[in-house]
Amino acid sequence: MRILAPFLLVVALALLAWASTAFLHLNLLFGVIIPYAAFALFVVGFAIRVMRWGASAVPFRITTTCGQQKSLPWVRQAKLDNPSSYAGVAGRMLLEVLFFRSLFRNSKAEKRDEKLGYGSAKWLWLGALAFHWSMLIIVVRHFRLFLDPVPELIGVIEGADSVLQIGIPLLYITDVVIVGALTFLFLRRVVLPRIRFVSLSIDYFPLFLLLGIALTGIVLRYGVRVDVTGVKEVAMGLVSFSPVAPEGIEPLLFAHLFLVCALIVYFPWSKLMHAPGVFFSPTRNLANNSRMVRHVNPWNYDVKVHTYAEYEQDFGEKMRKVGLPLDSE
Amino acid sequence: MARRKLTLIFIGVFCLIMVVPFILGAGKAQSAPKLDLDTPEIAALDVKECIEPVEYMRSSHMTLLDQWRNDVVREGKTAYVSSTGQVYEMSLDDTCLSCHSNPDQFCESCHAYSNVDLYCWECHGLTDDGVVGEG
Amino acid sequence: MAKQPSKESMLDYELGCTPHSWMDTPTEFREGMYCHAAKPKNLEVVGLPNAHEWSSSEADWNLPANWKEIVLEGMRERMDKYRSFRLFMDVCVRCGACADKCHFYLGTGDPKNMPVVRAELMRSVYRRYFTTSGKVLGPLVGARDLTEDVLKEWWYYFFQCTECRRCSAFCPYGIDQAEITIMGREILNLLGLNTDWIAGPVANCYMKGNHVGLEPQTILGNVEFMMDDLEDVTGRRFEPTFNRKGAEILLVVPSGDLYAEPGTFTFMGYVMLLEHLGIDYTLSTYASEGGNFGFFTSNEMAKRLNAKMYAEAERLGVKWILGGECGHMWRLVNQYMDTWNGPADFLEQPVSPVTGTVFANAASTKMVHITEFTADLIYHGKLKLDPSRNDHLVVTYHDSCNTARAMGLLEEPRFIIKNVCNNFYEMPEETIREKTLCCGSGSGLNAGENMELRLRGGLPRAEAVRTVRDAYGVNTLANICALDRASFPALMDYWVPGTRVTGVHELVANALVLGDDDHRTLDLRLEELPSARAAAADDAGAGDEEANHG
Repeated sequence: MRILAPFLLVVALALLAWASTAFLHLNLLFGVIIPYAAFALFVVGFAIRVMRWGASAVPFRITTTCGQQKSLPWVRQAKLDNPSSYAGVAGRMLLEVLFFRSLFRNSKAEKRDEKLGYGSAKWLWLGALAFHWSMLIIVVRHFRLFLDPVPELIGVIEGADSVLQIGIPLLYITDVVIVGALTFLFLRRVVLPRIRFVSLSIDYFPLFLLLGIALTGIVLRYGVRVDVTGVKEVAMGLVSFSPVAPEGIEPLLFAHLFLVCALIVYFPWSKLMHAPGVFFSPTRNLANNSRMVRHVNPWNYDVKVHTYAEYEQDFGEKMRKVGLPLDSE
Repeated sequence: MARRKLTLIFIGVFCLIMVVPFILGAGKAQSAPKLDLDTPEIAALDVKECIEPVEYMRSSHMTLLDQWRNDVVREGKTAYVSSTGQVYEMSLDDTCLSCHSNPDQFCESCHAYSNVDLYCWECHGLTDDGVVGEG
Repeated sequence: MAKQPSKESMLDYELGCTPHSWMDTPTEFREGMYCHAAKPKNLEVVGLPNAHEWSSSEADWNLPANWKEIVLEGMRERMDKYRSFRLFMDVCVRCGACADKCHFYLGTGDPKNMPVVRAELMRSVYRRYFTTSGKVLGPLVGARDLTEDVLKEWWYYFFQCTECRRCSAFCPYGIDQAEITIMGREILNLLGLNTDWIAGPVANCYMKGNHVGLEPQTILGNVEFMMDDLEDVTGRRFEPTFNRKGAEILLVVPSGDLYAEPGTFTFMGYVMLLEHLGIDYTLSTYASEGGNFGFFTSNEMAKRLNAKMYAEAERLGVKWILGGECGHMWRLVNQYMDTWNGPADFLEQPVSPVTGTVFANAASTKMVHITEFTADLIYHGKLKLDPSRNDHLVVTYHDSCNTARAMGLLEEPRFIIKNVCNNFYEMPEETIREKTLCCGSGSGLNAGENMELRLRGGLPRAEAVRTVRDAYGVNTLANICALDRASFPALMDYWVPGTRVTGVHELVANALVLGDDDHRTLDLRLEELPSARAAAADDAGAGDEEANHG
């Protein structure tokens, strides 16, 4: 149920868009109205969620330190894993965001008979990195459809992505990698007992959605093949706010587009917000310098304490007997 | 509050990235280039018809040409039988470009628009005035 | 302490999971895995809400009628106050990187001890009451109603977390289960649902200044005994002062070091070092606790207990504070104290009176860790050390969770150990430094009634100790944490018998040469040093020879 329901939902979404355009010719709805609405919901939803995090206070510096602190001058500090300066924090965040530093640290624990052992475990890191980088490159590649003239850089990225020169149209490396990585990420949720135990429907749904988007995209390029100039015409119409009703376009394209819309509408209200979230994580984005510079808690309030005077009142007699100095004398 | 300011900057950067395509796209020509079929060679034709339907040629000419290249170079075949049963010579220069004698416009404009690398001319020489021959 | 299960039965578990979701797996309270309920009187001393009679092993916890509103309002309030909490509720993708990082999971095989699930216990409730999809779709999107069973499940598992932050080091978003456990415990405390092992020390610390409830005359008595022993060892009488105004430095140590072995040996180490150098320092009977069980109760309670340190430093007019070997105390000093109770502008930037080193990293809190202080002394050659006095010890070092992952104090203690011991070996890389494994008894879990939990939680650490014992003959586990010193002896007796547990400054004091006449035959535990034993054997041998000649 946890797996089947999100799978069926994604299939239904794709079919809905395909059938609505193939038979009902709701091209304007699926090619213009829904994409605009989805985009607006994405940007607004994203901003609201981030703003909500921003509205919460950061009362304490709770950096998770993963290396030597800055202390005595002759002790070598781990400036990235335990930063004490803004530059160090920036470096740590870059490593985290671009290369998934913490996931790279991953290890695997096993119990054999009565012994615990630890081993290296880089597969999750590799799969996650492969997926995220592929996705970034694919998104950037798509800007050839939204920009006219197409910037040089996008051509360079496309060229690098198809550098293997396999087939016509040229095979993109990222197309293969993203499907492989998503399949890996899905399979580990099904096969590994621990991951299966913690996985929810909301973990499978985005995976299926992304797989659906990738697969329809691949079919559109290598299988049914659409007239790219016609697609670009539609895309350019959208970004220049002079949308044209898309006619004569393969219905599968609308399935692809609709799944993308579903993804970005779902994005701000789901765990996919881990993308901006990583920038806000107090255990990562704060310098471990709270002994050097006072961190201020905006809601710090006075509390009731047991003062020394009260303590002396309670124990003064006993203190006097053992010769401890008293304030009251 | 410094922290709140950072949040706002973050959202600002995000929104900026999101609107970049719209700023760049504002007022841009949104229609695809119109293909120029008005060549002397086409004008001289009785039946103005490509070797395969236009729809197919638009989306799949690259696979057709790829197939031709393999057939000619690897298998030594030269005859192409179209879906209507007509026979054509498998030749970019002698078949395609004999009608579309304006590749600068006919090929390049769309390829530039959709940013697809056109590498036919790496082997098939093309001079400045569009006449096919050894480059 | 109840009788413990056999090692065989303790080790009979798998690191597996049932094939279905955690939500379909009911929780049962297992004897030996949880603590006694807080007694109302201990909560009333400090004015914590909803103090009432209840028992953790009974079905009815006598909750207040509006407990659900209290919990949900408590969550809402904390999401506004702590970005960490709101964010960690939102961004987990359940990638499972943390799953096999928790020592409680590794030692119990109970999949709800995987950090991700422990967090989901609360996240599922968050989704149900604070997200639209959860309100509408419920269990379909991993949301569940807040029921009494859910609350009990929280209690059971939030008190099976030592807030060690190991999961946080591995999480790609830095999600820190400690933070969620802290919030969970705060919320449980709104309903009077603390454990007595935490509530008791909190009440003690608030009224008497320390967790173990030592009154001033008892502290002085204990210290007197320790100084007697030191006199036996060194032939010198040391007289540390208490509550002395005008001293340069206030020394704050965890009260465990004033109370029981082997912490007392560590305390003797501090005193011997500071007295030998003639440092102008004093201790306090009022601020006689470095640790802070308030932190395992609520942020406010932690601040209330922590306030004593700065207050006493100001009252005594010292220039700066020196802190002893304690784990969570140093998490708080490093990450909380100045924010709570600072700015400490009545103190001065700490400077070592011996080396003149300015402790720039303590410029604002004005508090220095004693291993930073001692490492600086050794680096500048201010101590005459004879590491061979520790030659009978083959030492390994346990990074306590808090000094490793909430501070990064990794090299200073190692530098010291390498200078005062000749035999030092590291445990496997996956179990030290930022990846260090918890003792299993931190964050107020070092009670007696949950001994099985502690032995299981400490198993991964014990296994690592066993590895170096088998490989190098390690017989000594050094650490800089009072909870380690309190909990490791039992843990080691059970899993790796014959392992000595010691604070770093006990090792320092043993190696410290006090003068030309310092020919010691005893270590701080009044055990004969191997060198003395060898010398005695030599003497005896010489005597025999003479006898033969005679």
